[in-house]
Formats: sequence, C-alpha cells, structure tokens
Amino acid sequence: MSTLVQARHLSLSFQQRKVLQDVSLRVRRGEIVTLIGPNGAGKSTLVRVILGLLAPDQGEVHWPEKVRVGYMPQRLSIDHVLPLTVARFLRLGGQHSVPQMLTTLNEVGAERVYHAALQTLSGGELQRVLLARALLRQPDLLVLDEPIQGVDITGQYELYELISKIRTQRQCGVLMVSHDLHLVMAATDHVVCLNQHVCCEGSPDTISQHPAYKRLFDSRAAQDLAVYSHHHQCSEHPLPPDSPNTEEVSRHG
Amino acid sequence: MVDDFLVRAILGGIGVALVAGPLGCFVVWRRMAYFGNTLSHSALLGVALGFLLNINLTVGIVLVCLAIALLLGILQEQKRLASDTVLGILAHSTLSLGLVVLSFLEGLRLDLYSYLFGDLLAVTPVDLYWIYGGGFLVLLGLLKLWPALLSITIHEELAQVEGVPVNVVRTVLMLMVALVIAVAMKIVGILLITSMLIIPPATARSFAHTPEQMAFLSALIGSLAVLGGLIMSYLADTPAGPSVVVVATVFFIMALLVPVKQ
Repeated sequence: MSTLVQARHLSLSFQQRKVLQDVSLRVRRGEIVTLIGPNGAGKSTLVRVILGLLAPDQGEVHWPEKVRVGYMPQRLSIDHVLPLTVARFLRLGGQHSVPQMLTTLNEVGAERVYHAALQTLSGGELQRVLLARALLRQPDLLVLDEPIQGVDITGQYELYELISKIRTQRQCGVLMVSHDLHLVMAATDHVVCLNQHVCCEGSPDTISQHPAYKRLFDSRAAQDLAVYSHHHQCSEHPLPPDSPNTEEVSRHG
Repeated sequence: MVDDFLVRAILGGIGVALVAGPLGCFVVWRRMAYFGNTLSHSALLGVALGFLLNINLTVGIVLVCLAIALLLGILQEQKRLASDTVLGILAHSTLSLGLVVLSFLEGLRLDLYSYLFGDLLAVTPVDLYWIYGGGFLVLLGLLKLWPALLSITIHEELAQVEGVPVNVVRTVLMLMVALVIAVAMKIVGILLITSMLIIPPATARSFAHTPEQMAFLSALIGSLAVLGGLIMSYLADTPAGPSVVVVATVFFIMALLVPVKQ
C-alpha cells in the first residue's frame, strides 16, 4: 500500500500551551486511520496541520505523490439568511454534472435531499451531504473530522459502515477523527490514541487492551468497547501488553 | 421637464443601489454588518484626510477604509478583545478623530450634515463617474469571485482545502466594501451607508430561492427604494438620504409579512 501522507514529528504550541508534541502519523491508500482522544487532545489541530491550514512549529507533513484530498469539516452551520440548496452546495465544490451529484448522493444514501435547502437537513443528512461533497472530488485521501457529530446512534453506526464501504470501493485512504470510543473501532484499521502526544497506536483490538489507552479513557468505556470489537484473537493479533514482538508502536505506555 | 440635479440624483442613487445590493448580500451572509458600520464611520476621517492632503475625497475615504480594515484584521487576530468591542472602539474613535481633524482645518466651510446623512440632490457629474466607475469594478469583482466568495462564506477551511485562496478573496471583499462605502457616502451619508448594504438583501431574502436571486433582487429593491425616497423627498421636501432609507425599511417590513422561502 502506497503512503498518501506522512506527518513527521509535528509539534505545535498555542500561546505557550503545547497542543501537539512530536506527533508522527502515516495514512496509506486503502487504509482507515482513526484519531481518538479526549476533548482538547489536539485531534482537530493535528488534522488542520496535515491539511496545511495550520503551520507546525516543528516537524513536517510529507506528501510523496500528488494527492487529492476530500475534506469533511467538523461543523457546518449555515445561516438561514443564505438560501442554498444541497445541489448548489455540492456544485460549489467543483464543476459536477447532475448525474454525478445524484450518483454520489445515492452512494451516501442522501439522494432524497437533492433539492432541499441545506438548513432544513437533519444532522445525519447534513453529514452525508458533506461526505458527498468530499467524495465528488474523487479523493485519494478522505479527511473526516468527527463525521458522526449530531447523528443519532443508529445513524452513527450506519455512517461508519458507509465510510468503511467507501474505502473498500474507492480504495482511498481515510483519516478520521473521533472521540467516540466503541462504534468507530469496527470500521478502522489503525487507531492513533492522541493526547497532545501519541499515547499508543495500533490495530483496534490491540489498542483496546493497551494500558495507555485504558488509562486515558475510564475503564467503563473500555469495557463498552469490548462489546463492539471483534473478539477474534488470531496469531496476527496477539494481545499487546506483554507481547513486544508486535509491530505496533507504543510510546509512553 | 425634470431638473438636471434630479436626474443625477436618480442615476447616482440607482448606481449605488445596483452594487450595494449584491455586495450587501455578503455583508448579511457573513455577518459583517457591524464591520461595514465601522468602515463607514471611519469615512469621515477619510474626508478630513482628503482636505488635509488636498487629494480627492473619495480616494481619501478609500485609503482610510482600507487602513481601518487592515487594522481590524490585526486586532481581531490578537483576540485580546471581542470583535464587537474592537469594532465599536474603531467606529467611534475614527468618527471623532475625523470631526476633530476637520475642526483644525481653517477656512473650511463644511456642511457636516451632508457628510453624515448624504446630499443626494447635490450629486455632481464627477460623483457619477466615481459611482459608475467604482460600481463597475465592484460588480466585475463580484462576478469573477462569486463562487469563491460563496465558498468562503459557507466554510473557510473547506474552501481552502478545496483550493480557494481564502485570504486573497477575503481581502478583495473588504476592499470592495470600502470602495462602495466611499462612493455611497454622497448618497446616504456616513451614518446611513450600512443600511443600503443590509436592508435590501434582508428584504430580498423573503423572495429568493438561490444566492443569485437574492443578489439580483437586492439590487432591484435598492433601486426602487432610491426612486421611492427621491419621490418622497421631492413631494414632501424631506431629506433625500434618510427618505431612501425609510422607503427601504417600509419594503423590508412588507417583506416580513411574506413567509420565508425554503
């Protein structure tokens, strides 16, 4: 799998407060990388540095080849005073034909809202429309900042399923932010647990057993997680705490 | 037979309304009403500067508006004070500074009232050149940047990731607002300019389904308000600038009775 983007040793401070400390991260084609961490852990900041919206104090973001990025921002609030339909909103992202837009809306399960005003959408519909706008750019890399925000529980599950399906069908890389613990685990290949620095990272199964992860999130949440994650323990996925031979990196843990 | 000054007033007023409407849509969508207000208050400092340096008053106003816009950008970046506080401080300090500087200019007989509330009936041919020249530039800029302006209005970071040069577009927008304020001062005066930017778009919202419709209707509604205000001024001998604003407000209230589309 080719590397789409690689962040190396990123550090960033806002007014003497360290927000990112020596953070490295890599996203490969066809891979879903999920950033998790508590509020204020620097997840969105890291995403913005990777997208080039913020300059890091130290470190660099390396793009080995030309990569088209589809970005889905954390929040979109459009004032009612701006009359804007979904169709018009999608076309602002690029020169898309009507069939292209309808097909993409269909792909994300939101074809019904094509003519609707943006302000009338439900939380879940709005997230799907944002996803459609990102997908219309035919991205190599999808960057999703809290994609399930404002979506009800069933909708959250569906949305993660959808993201996983899109990855498989389009073979794009996905970098996703979540502070949600359990649902996201089923639809991710690699989890990076962030709290200013990278506390631990690895496959969802290994992370859920990782002491640094357990320390970061309370144990009840960690137990919730166990319900949702796959329980297979095959030879490729030994439990990490006492298995130094895994290829998962772990720091400060 | 209609008098020349009345023809010039109509042409000048409509010229301003035609650009103030579409540009005002962005002022309304991006919640820049108070920003526009601050720039227009600073216009009096531009007038003073114009007299002081003996340059064209419109040029003086544009220069001061741009300087204030830049200063605002820097102060807001620092985040030491809330935006509205910074805007309030700049609005009133520049207006006062303008008045103080004007009082120092000896031998200047100045009709302050006409600067504060406009002097639509004294529009000169030179004013018309400014209004239509500046207006043409602004409309051209709006046309060229329309999708980019809409994109940054909806979400600046999304626009930037999608390749819109956000800082450039935002600066051009501020520049256009400064230019419109400078040329509109003659029509409705410093204290009422913002009304030409926000009342027609706010009225147009009730009838618009798309951003473009809203911009187009804003220009139309603004022009009708100018005509109505001038007729009122002509018949009832009311001050022209405030009459235009009053008529625009009546349109706005009537539009409130229409249920909002979408």
